[in-house]
Amino acid sequence: MKNVDVVIIGGGPAGLAAAIELYKKGVTDILILEREKKPGGILRQCIHDGFGLTRFGETLSGPEYASRFVRQVEALGIPCRTDTTVLEITPDRKVYASSSEGFLAIQAKAIILAMGCRERTRGAISIPGTRPAGIYTAGVAQAYINLKNKMVGREAVILGSGDIGMIMARRMTLEGAHVLGVYEIQPYPSGLPRNIEQCLNDYHIPLHLSHSVTDIRGVDRLESVVVSQVDDHMNPVPGTEQEIPCDTLILSVGLVPENELTWMAGAQPDESTKGAVVDENYQTSVPGIFAAGNVLHVHDLVDFVSMEAERLADGAARYVREGGLPECRLAVKGDSMACQIVPGRISGKGDVTVAFRVRRPMEECTIELVQGGQVIRRKKMPKALPAEMVEIPLKAEMLNENDDLEVRVVC
Amino acid sequence: MLRTFTCIMCPRGCGLEAVVEPEGGSREDKGQEDKGRECGLPEACAAGFRISRITGNACPKGEQYVRQEIENPMRNIATSILVDGGELPLASVRLTGPVPKGSIFDVMKEIRQVRRPAPVTEGQVVIPDVLGLGVDVIVTKTVESV
Repeated sequence: MKNVDVVIIGGGPAGLAAAIELYKKGVTDILILEREKKPGGILRQCIHDGFGLTRFGETLSGPEYASRFVRQVEALGIPCRTDTTVLEITPDRKVYASSSEGFLAIQAKAIILAMGCRERTRGAISIPGTRPAGIYTAGVAQAYINLKNKMVGREAVILGSGDIGMIMARRMTLEGAHVLGVYEIQPYPSGLPRNIEQCLNDYHIPLHLSHSVTDIRGVDRLESVVVSQVDDHMNPVPGTEQEIPCDTLILSVGLVPENELTWMAGAQPDESTKGAVVDENYQTSVPGIFAAGNVLHVHDLVDFVSMEAERLADGAARYVREGGLPECRLAVKGDSMACQIVPGRISGKGDVTVAFRVRRPMEECTIELVQGGQVIRRKKMPKALPAEMVEIPLKAEMLNENDDLEVRVVC
Repeated sequence: MLRTFTCIMCPRGCGLEAVVEPEGGSREDKGQEDKGRECGLPEACAAGFRISRITGNACPKGEQYVRQEIENPMRNIATSILVDGGELPLASVRLTGPVPKGSIFDVMKEIRQVRRPAPVTEGQVVIPDVLGLGVDVIVTKTVESV
């Protein structure tokens, strides 16, 4: 069995950023394992621009953003094995993988989970109807169009107002398809306001809130979908059905962290994020196994994925050098309006960035971080949307070592 | 006239409001204008209207965005070109700067004509000064030959 200091699972933005930062911190015995033929992750198919404004201060396309990290990994000589799928990881940090060069067994001092996330599918939201061709998740349609040169259809309906769905509405329009509308089950959009503007409004694509697809029709190829208005409990309102002839249905109905390996290693899951519970060092409940990026919680922007992975490298480097990290005894909890809180545990002795989302759109609210009944940090927000992750950095000197931390959203 | 905008200059997506008046607007509006922030946008004022107040922007880019949206909305686009003999059949491209919204589909038509043998390299210009709009079409992903 081969020994490596740090095995990074996933060569996307999180994995690459973690590798570079670890190397800079003096941990140089690193191996990145990537399932695809090239590193870069999902960015390779995200050809639109708008990436990098926070991380690099300029706006880049996805492939350009990725290549900045890939080039650095190559320049540092960090090995990245592509075409390699990790099959299992163990609590004592063994990694088993299948690669084009055969079976791999590696004993790592630390493992960094950077597997990203997956799209929810038709099955996940149980749309009734037939099972014709022409139904794609937004990311699959994006891969066909941007990587394979295959057009997915001509008359498209988009279900869900996630960012990738809206970006695909624009992309398909540019390629000559007719996008009939975007239907969102929630009473508010799930993607960023700028994408509603530049992907939908620019091309006169209507966005219908509180609507969902309630039937799929067609035998070989999709022939039509039925959309219905939904009530406050998201149940279809009888009598509002409308049949829309189309040959393509694009689903943009959410992303779920891809954590099969994480659970195999016995890490404690977080029901809200669908990722692992981590402490302020991004260490899971299994010592020496760390997680960052979309595998931990789904981000809106890749810039924040990279920066989170860079923060992870601090703790992971310390773990490798010192053989362990101090315990984080304090829990981080939210009130009824705050969810998807990361990290789940802190020590109260170190700097920490608390990330979370609000449960519904809100205006003029105040975020309060409370410890032992004392508000230690207050942030006013003119508006807060579930589509926008909130990140609040805290300095060690603001925290005490005895009380749990609570995130409150006060309106 | 009050107009609303969603700024697309960064992911923050500020909701903006602008009071836009035709040049030589009525006297009553002037009072309101004084209370508001001076537009400080001479070009917009010269174009036959003046923006007397912009609110909601977190940074100066919001003001530039509103001015441009009123004068001549500009957008960048991303698409692909065909690549022969490469590891992928396509290489992604973008423009080095935005073009008027009205020329997006004309630019798409130009880019669709482009076909290059592999390899193509990130940053490579495939159409200089597309349609005389002052921006280039550049490759955003290196595609090696196979």
